[in-house]
Amino acid sequence: MSTATPMKKTWLTPFNIIVGIILLVGGFVTILRFTKGLAGVTNLTDNYPWGIWISFDLLCGVALAAGGFTTSAACYIFGLKRFHSAVRPAILTAFLGYSLVVFALHYDVGRPWRLPYPFFVQSGTTSVLFEVGLCVFLYLITLFVEWVPSALEWLGFKKPRNVIVRMTLALTIFGVVLSTMHQSSLGALYLIAPSKMHPLWYSMFLPLFFFVSAIAAGLSMVIFEGTLSHHYLHAKMDKTYLKEHDGVTFGFAKGAAVVLVVYFFIKIVGITLDNNWHYLFTGYGAWFLFELLGFVALPAFLYAMAVREHNACLVRWGAVITVLGIVLNRFNVSLVAFNWQLPPAQKYFPSWMEIAISVFIVTLGLLVFRFIATKMPIFYEHPNFREHVPHEGEEEEAPEFVEHELKPHPQSLGH
Amino acid sequence: MKRRAFLSLLGAGGAACLLGQSAQAAGPKEFPGYPGSFGVLFDATRCIGCRRCEAGCNQVNGLPAPPEPFDDLSVLNKTRRTNAKTYTIVNRYDNIPGAAGPVFRKNQCQHCLEPACASSCFVRAFTKTPQGAVTWDGSVCVGCRYCMIACPFDIPTFEYGEVISPRIMKCTMCWDHITAGKLTVPGCVGACPVEALVYGKRADLLRIARGRFAAFPGRYLDHIYGEHEMGGTNWLYISGVPFKDIGLREDLGTTSAPQYTSGALAVVPIIATAWPALLVGVYAIHRRMDKVAHEEQVQAVTQAVAKAQEEAAAKLAKAKADAAADKKSAIEREVKKALEEAAKAQTEEDK
Repeated sequence: MSTATPMKKTWLTPFNIIVGIILLVGGFVTILRFTKGLAGVTNLTDNYPWGIWISFDLLCGVALAAGGFTTSAACYIFGLKRFHSAVRPAILTAFLGYSLVVFALHYDVGRPWRLPYPFFVQSGTTSVLFEVGLCVFLYLITLFVEWVPSALEWLGFKKPRNVIVRMTLALTIFGVVLSTMHQSSLGALYLIAPSKMHPLWYSMFLPLFFFVSAIAAGLSMVIFEGTLSHHYLHAKMDKTYLKEHDGVTFGFAKGAAVVLVVYFFIKIVGITLDNNWHYLFTGYGAWFLFELLGFVALPAFLYAMAVREHNACLVRWGAVITVLGIVLNRFNVSLVAFNWQLPPAQKYFPSWMEIAISVFIVTLGLLVFRFIATKMPIFYEHPNFREHVPHEGEEEEAPEFVEHELKPHPQSLGH
Repeated sequence: MKRRAFLSLLGAGGAACLLGQSAQAAGPKEFPGYPGSFGVLFDATRCIGCRRCEAGCNQVNGLPAPPEPFDDLSVLNKTRRTNAKTYTIVNRYDNIPGAAGPVFRKNQCQHCLEPACASSCFVRAFTKTPQGAVTWDGSVCVGCRYCMIACPFDIPTFEYGEVISPRIMKCTMCWDHITAGKLTVPGCVGACPVEALVYGKRADLLRIARGRFAAFPGRYLDHIYGEHEMGGTNWLYISGVPFKDIGLREDLGTTSAPQYTSGALAVVPIIATAWPALLVGVYAIHRRMDKVAHEEQVQAVTQAVAKAQEEAAAKLAKAKADAAADKKSAIEREVKKALEEAAKAQTEEDK
């Protein structure tokens, strides 16, 4: 529970105090969870077996970690090499995101030590959840391998690092295949229960909706994170990263705008095919339109405008609204549309302890991200492992970081 | 490049082999139920809401005693559902149009022919036994509760209060007691004082139900709930009032739960095999484009250099020629000058 930083004088910064409180509360609720059971900390019922630990930690966590496969696919498969400097931060986020998803599942399932059972003891291959589990399990390993060169460079192990870097294409393709399957399968989880889902959010295209929206979420998260990192980890970025940053922002904004427009239209196709238009005039319909217009159409428009006017601030707004929209969508599918016919008294609302654990897990992710990004070559290329060839006319500037310089920049602390 | 393509194909092939099985298992098919499997027929026109079936179930299965005793009928004032301590409950439904008084209906696991819980379980903890019951195996259950999401009848429940080994709790149609020879009929059926419940082979139960329809015209709706609902269930209901008025959903359809996910699962091996090939293709196209661009660049540079060299050579040649011409004319000029001077000197001497 230490939030110790090398700067003793400013140990009691607002950031550290808030993080400290979150970690303390998270630790406390963790103890409760594993001594009192799920009943001790959650509001889960027999009607609502899945709460926000699934809606947020799993469904949103996986969707928002889609930046990893979208960025590496754009760079290594679709030949958009100008996004190269965005790959490492995106892979790191994805790796941490998936690790935390799996970590969070240990709170949610009844017997967490049996989580490997589906793969090693008895497989239920007719279950969509099996597919999700297997893909997440394999993708977590893939992401680890994709991330590990950063650590190996940091530690100075040249040979194993080079072996892994040579596998980049295979790893990227494997990652895209696995992501396609499990991002869509998270939507497919709800296909089995049409009688419990509100028709506006139930469609045979749920897997496609989840996959396409995850791409938009992934692209937006890369933009969103880039903004945050720029603010707090600026000192760790090299000239290549900073030079490419604008290109990444606008390139991804363009991509996200297109994907969101596609998503908007396939949602319309979904309503049309099931002839659900009449539901739009109900309360649920208003909520559905709020999501579709406010969090799909609006950010698509903002992104398009931003690219046209070259307005980075507008891009950031687009990214934030898209990310919120994905969270809203996953909550709508898994909590609002699910069991919509139940009387309000039997509906689920998370307990403060469930929220505390979700906040705790996000905070853990932020801390680990900051630790790795300040120590390992994430936002810059390690001077001993440079792949980026400086462009002509650009003098080979001396690496900005001395290898043993481990102290985080003061700006990266205390916020 | 070749090795990379091979590796990705290998990965895809491996994934396809692993997952291909599931798609096959989930393919569209009709399963009419195990022949000779058992079930229970519930007759809503006979049930008096005495809760003895609840007591019988509780006792047979060794479930904890409820806060209110089983002969306390005031609990029927509230609509209840099954929970981790109760496999079965009876509910009272008042003010049903066309009914003389309240109608009671017992609820428990319907023991689907193709159970949603079994299909959705990623460790195959559920088994549809050939005898008809759907049973749960606690030795593999992870406690993910997807079965509870999947079940259209809201039947599986979870021991949220258990820390170490929370179980999924649901009616087993007393399968374990019956196979062990301890019981001949499920606990609830044995406890029913008015024969509202009949245990027997599902095919016979369907015949019995139709027999009652024929024997008591006007008493029943001409529908056996569970014959086709969700692909059919081993627990069957007949009633004199619409099923939706006694808490049984009429909008479930006749498609079995596994069929709702079979399409999505069938796509998995396609993605696993087609995606890597397409992606390698896209990669190859971009690599090729880069290569062509690079070659074109090199060619353009070579051409430009050659042209520049040519021009320089021509210039040099011209300069050389010019210089040679200059030199020649200078010599000629000097010679002419010298000759002229010589001639001049000659003429002066001559004078």
